[in-house]
Amino acid sequence: MKKKYCIAVTGLNAIDSPGPGISVIRGIRDSKDFDCRIIGFAYESLEPGIYMHDIIDKTYQIPYPSSGTDALMERLNYIHATEGLDVIIPNFDAELYSFIKLEPKLKEMGIKVFLPTLEQFEERHKVNLPKFGQKYNIRVPFSREIFSSNEIYGLSKDFTYPLVVKGKYYDAYIAYSAEQAINYFGKISSKWGLPIVIQEFIKGTEYNVIGLGDGKGNTIAAVPMRKQYITDKGKAWGGITIEDKDLLKITDSFLSQTKWRGGFELEMMKSPKNEYFLLEINPRIPAWVYLAVGAGQNIPEAVVKLALGEEVEPFKTYQTGKMFVRYSWDMIVDLDDFQKISTFGEL
Amino acid sequence: MKINKNVSISENGFVFNPTTGESFTVNPIGVEIINMIKMHSPEEEIKKFILEKYATDSSGFDKDFYDFIQMLKSYNLFDEENEENEN
Repeated sequence: MKKKYCIAVTGLNAIDSPGPGISVIRGIRDSKDFDCRIIGFAYESLEPGIYMHDIIDKTYQIPYPSSGTDALMERLNYIHATEGLDVIIPNFDAELYSFIKLEPKLKEMGIKVFLPTLEQFEERHKVNLPKFGQKYNIRVPFSREIFSSNEIYGLSKDFTYPLVVKGKYYDAYIAYSAEQAINYFGKISSKWGLPIVIQEFIKGTEYNVIGLGDGKGNTIAAVPMRKQYITDKGKAWGGITIEDKDLLKITDSFLSQTKWRGGFELEMMKSPKNEYFLLEINPRIPAWVYLAVGAGQNIPEAVVKLALGEEVEPFKTYQTGKMFVRYSWDMIVDLDDFQKISTFGEL
Repeated sequence: MKINKNVSISENGFVFNPTTGESFTVNPIGVEIINMIKMHSPEEEIKKFILEKYATDSSGFDKDFYDFIQMLKSYNLFDEENEENEN
């Protein structure tokens, strides 16, 4: 008989800039080695995953990261008492800090997570990327952080336009003039706060690698993908797995040097000279993870097993030329469901 | 001339380069030429085959063949590294 685990997942916002939650859950549900009860963790009452009852068994609202770890812990205590959680898979950059901090307490409660250390999490931060590139000998675009829009006119000393204006957690825009950069500065900082990262614009083709490190320097999974259809928010709406030894080499080097623990995504740009630049490291599983599952590397399942302390054999192969094409779907929802999640914070 | 060994081409002219993730379509003559290049046929042999089968002349073939090869090169479908080594 297969074991059954109670697994909580965040990132249920399957919207135009999707959270990874639903794809992560699909991977977990595909597992042939264990059964699961899936608990959704939502921040807002209109996150689509809340209403996907065939995918998520029950959803609880949890407090925003800005409420602090005490409020989150209090809520997790309540949920754990009801559900008996085995594993939590957080999928948002902004919440990772809280879950990393709470890992020892969660462990005492019998709840496992498989996350990078705080040092790893901080080190790869967008604002620290130049140092990161230097330390690990990975080519990165020149960048610097700014705290005021007044600094933008002085950027011409170090940058030429276009340049990229980035938020500390999310959002990135290409600015072709100082006026545009100021506009994007306001737009991003009002949503994600300061600092804002100004990055050198690298012309080329964007490639991404999804991966999983075991925390000991080994590559458990790695699948490179080329975005085929990009939304106006820069998100992949279609993509294809590719065979690129250079990208896999960069991924192995990143993992062996940093001993990264957990899922991640490397955002890379290939210049016309065929040089790869690391644009960003997302410290969690990306939303297109189900492509990796479809190509033969079930990363969410492996994360669950690693969190539970099981040995996981590294994936050696994946299918190239596998594609994903995302779609949107209008669910019909009863007011009663919306009322329950809005009033009681659970559904 | 050597087509990158990973490049796959279907009977109906769909070309897929797994290294870059790019895909293209070529017409039936393009399929024939790519397949002959893959079989290591020399240019002269390809030329003879095309001139016998299609209504074109030698200079027309030379021009179109050159254009086609340049296009394949620009899309990174040639294994230029090994080609250089062979030379």
